[in-house]
Amino acid sequence: MNPAAHPLAPEIRPVSTRDLAWLIGSLAIVIAPHALRAPWWLTLLTLCLYGWRFHAGLSRSPLPSRWLVLGVTVVALLGVWIEYRTLFGRQPGIILLMLFSGLKLLETRSHRDAAAAAFLGYFLIITNFLYTQSIPTAAAMGVALFALTATLVGFSAPQRAPRANLRTAGLLLAHAAPAALVLFLLFPRVHGPLWGLPQDAYAGMTGLSDTMSPGALSQLALSDALAFRAEFDGEPPPQAQRYWRGPVLWDFDGRTWRIGTRYLSAFSAPPGGSASYRYDVVLEPHNRHWLFALETAASLPERTRMSFDGQLLANAPVRSRIRYQLTSVIAPEAGPDEERGNLQRALRLPAGFNPRAVELARQWRSETASDAEVLARALAFLRAGRYAYTLEPPLLGADAVDEFLFTTKAGFCEHFASAFTFLMRAAGIPARVVTGYQGGELNPVDSIITVRQSDAHAWTEVFLAPRGWVRVDPTAASVPGRIESGLARSVPEGELAPLMRTRLEWLRGVRYQWDALAHKWNVWVLDYSPERQRDLMGLIGMRGADWRMLAATLFSVLGLMTLALLAWSLQRLARPDPVQRAWRQFCSKLAARGVERAAHEGPRDFASRAARALPAARPAILRIGALYIGLRYGARARTAGIKQLRRLVRGLRLA
Amino acid sequence: MIGSLLGRYPRLANWLYGFTPPERDTVVLVHRRVYILPARLGWIYGATVGILLVGSINYALALGFALTFLLAGMGLAGMVHTARNLAHLAVSVGRAEPVFAGESAQFRLYLDARTAFDRPSILARHVASGAQLVVDVPAGSPAEVVLAVPAARRGWLALGRVMLETRFPLGLFRAWSYVEPQARCLVYPRPERVALPPHSAAPASGGLRSPSPGYDDFAGLRSYQLSDSPRHVAWKAVARVDGMLTKQFAGEAAAELWLAWEALPAALDPESRLSRMAGWVLAAERSGAHYGLRLPGLEIAPARGDAQRAACLQALALYEPS
Repeated sequence: MNPAAHPLAPEIRPVSTRDLAWLIGSLAIVIAPHALRAPWWLTLLTLCLYGWRFHAGLSRSPLPSRWLVLGVTVVALLGVWIEYRTLFGRQPGIILLMLFSGLKLLETRSHRDAAAAAFLGYFLIITNFLYTQSIPTAAAMGVALFALTATLVGFSAPQRAPRANLRTAGLLLAHAAPAALVLFLLFPRVHGPLWGLPQDAYAGMTGLSDTMSPGALSQLALSDALAFRAEFDGEPPPQAQRYWRGPVLWDFDGRTWRIGTRYLSAFSAPPGGSASYRYDVVLEPHNRHWLFALETAASLPERTRMSFDGQLLANAPVRSRIRYQLTSVIAPEAGPDEERGNLQRALRLPAGFNPRAVELARQWRSETASDAEVLARALAFLRAGRYAYTLEPPLLGADAVDEFLFTTKAGFCEHFASAFTFLMRAAGIPARVVTGYQGGELNPVDSIITVRQSDAHAWTEVFLAPRGWVRVDPTAASVPGRIESGLARSVPEGELAPLMRTRLEWLRGVRYQWDALAHKWNVWVLDYSPERQRDLMGLIGMRGADWRMLAATLFSVLGLMTLALLAWSLQRLARPDPVQRAWRQFCSKLAARGVERAAHEGPRDFASRAARALPAARPAILRIGALYIGLRYGARARTAGIKQLRRLVRGLRLA
Repeated sequence: MIGSLLGRYPRLANWLYGFTPPERDTVVLVHRRVYILPARLGWIYGATVGILLVGSINYALALGFALTFLLAGMGLAGMVHTARNLAHLAVSVGRAEPVFAGESAQFRLYLDARTAFDRPSILARHVASGAQLVVDVPAGSPAEVVLAVPAARRGWLALGRVMLETRFPLGLFRAWSYVEPQARCLVYPRPERVALPPHSAAPASGGLRSPSPGYDDFAGLRSYQLSDSPRHVAWKAVARVDGMLTKQFAGEAAAELWLAWEALPAALDPESRLSRMAGWVLAAERSGAHYGLRLPGLEIAPARGDAQRAACLQALALYEPS
């Protein structure tokens, strides 16, 4: 026996054009999302490689030599290097994998190579999830998985009709689903990466930054991306009260506000307050430490700390979607005393900038008696100033605050917050800039508030002697519509992203439904964390299960499922088809009367012999024989005939 | 190593394979007889799933986990499906026409799915010779496999062990089973191309009992009998007359040829004798003569036609020299 000549061994089975068409088609589905992200010419190169291989298959021309493939590989590597200046990292690595799928096809001769290319396809599916795990991606990759599996089935059964192979692939996936579900739920989950990830692993996450300069927030506000979702126990606060507090910026250099140094403080629940809310936040990853809380946080979620200025900070940068529960109070009675050092820091201004604003602030200071009056003067000044709220603010020079306040008079919230905080500090009132989100959209479908990057906002907190830190929103003072009805209704419509335009009410309805679905997907599918796994194990009575118990449960359940599948298939097998069963019954009935069928005897001969031997039952025997032959070998409609055959056999009396 | 061990101890092999050969009638591959192990592709697949799992853990990809576990589940399902593709397959054998030594015996196996689903890509391989064929067994009717097994020696050639193997549907696993159905093929001695022995009147020494004056002369037609050679059927007459007619040749009734063991030189070894005698049978049949066969302890009366030819060749094939 020569093992190389084994006709089922994949290495000696050549790929047919049909195999190639399936393989290339499924790979095309897999790389479609990558192709949209990759530089167009690298996508084109990949598609050319696919086309080249398919053409070679169609025209039965020889495949390119090893050297030519090597040459193309070098070109591909060079291309990626030119585009990214590196071959490592997430994006270049994935583009390389995409190109390699084409190169692998170019040297695919046997089913073994083709199967390897299909496995590479499975690998490419998972790389898509590094970018997005949304429902459309999942659906597209589900199709890709199905196609790749049908391709593999096709390799095993090259003569079979493609439809039958698709059905087999569907059956396989259906049988795999229960096991996959059990594995998904019970496979011990761990936190965090096993090793260092490439530099750009978390690239492309949008969100607030730890600095704020003119134009920063208006750029962010153009993004429709999700920031977080919040679900309130009971009635959510009204739109104008929904200030989601994020990074607090203390240090100003004349143009940019920064967080500066930050230290932690012990958490103490704020006393009193006008209203208290309990809610859950599902925060999208933004690769920063801070979490968002409605106004003043009155509780501390697990694995978070609080900084001295009331920011919630996670122990590690938020690199995957997290869920936390919070209680917040609006306008607590009296803030704690602030340290002197912090108050002095909240008064510091760079020297020599914005002389007109400084002049104005000093004037207010000299004309009024208290901080509260200065504040009122400043707000009145903004209200009277007819400032325009725009996503496309004019560029500002060195004295940005002066130019905004007195010349351009148009800006986004960062301009208002920056200018107002500057005025306060210049007037001797401690003030700081707070960035975060304002408002958010209440989805009527599931009563969840969706906060997007376009809700990014900046406001000011001033320190008023007995009350402590007080929120003042200068944007609200000069453009009241922004806070009451949201961004979309307060800036000129042409400046907005298409989906944020509000004309199409039905489109909004669809979007609400979709958002609700996406939220459920995030919560129930994507955010299955070690904590939720622990909760689930608690639900089925395994409190405090460690990984050993999980693994033991997992393997027991998987074993049972395999046995069930096996039992299913054997039960299907052991049941012969009804025609055969009826015929066997007929044979055993005759055998009991001494007419035994010989192994070589066909049904026609046997029936006529039996009819001769048992003349009393002659018509019935001949009828059964003819029916059986017709059902077994004929192409007639079956069900009626099968019924008749069974009735006849059952009613056969051989006295 | 295991193969040689099993070869040396057939009873161990029977115990292991779960049956005692040869098996009569239709053999059903009960699941006890179906073995399954991962194929090389299965190991590569396992490695791929492992890499995907590590990647999913590292990047905390929920859908990565979902994909990995679906693929893992598909591996398991694929294993069951591969075993199912072979399990409860019914194997029966057909008649194998006699062949001459040196040719290939055409063993016919019928694989019957006996279930509502089809069983694609099943390899049947004759273990001893390596003769093999891949068939798709449809759901309704049996599929025929013809294994061309080289017949080296005269006598009965038993089919022996046949391996049935499949890797359907994913190629990750290899399921196989052994059957040894009761099937045999008669192998005639390898015919030596020789002229007929010299005519001789003495029956004991073989040869024609009387000279044949023109046995090719056409004498007339008579009605066809089953034992008549198709070569002598008057095909042109078939088109004109109802029923078949056989051409009769003058003199052939008179010519009686004895093909005798003892007519050959004593120095010739038995197998060579049998080969030469087989050649004689063929030549005699071609010549149209009536011929008889005489072996030590066996005599076949002179006759002619396919039945006579078969009877003579079978006697030669099964002859046991003392």
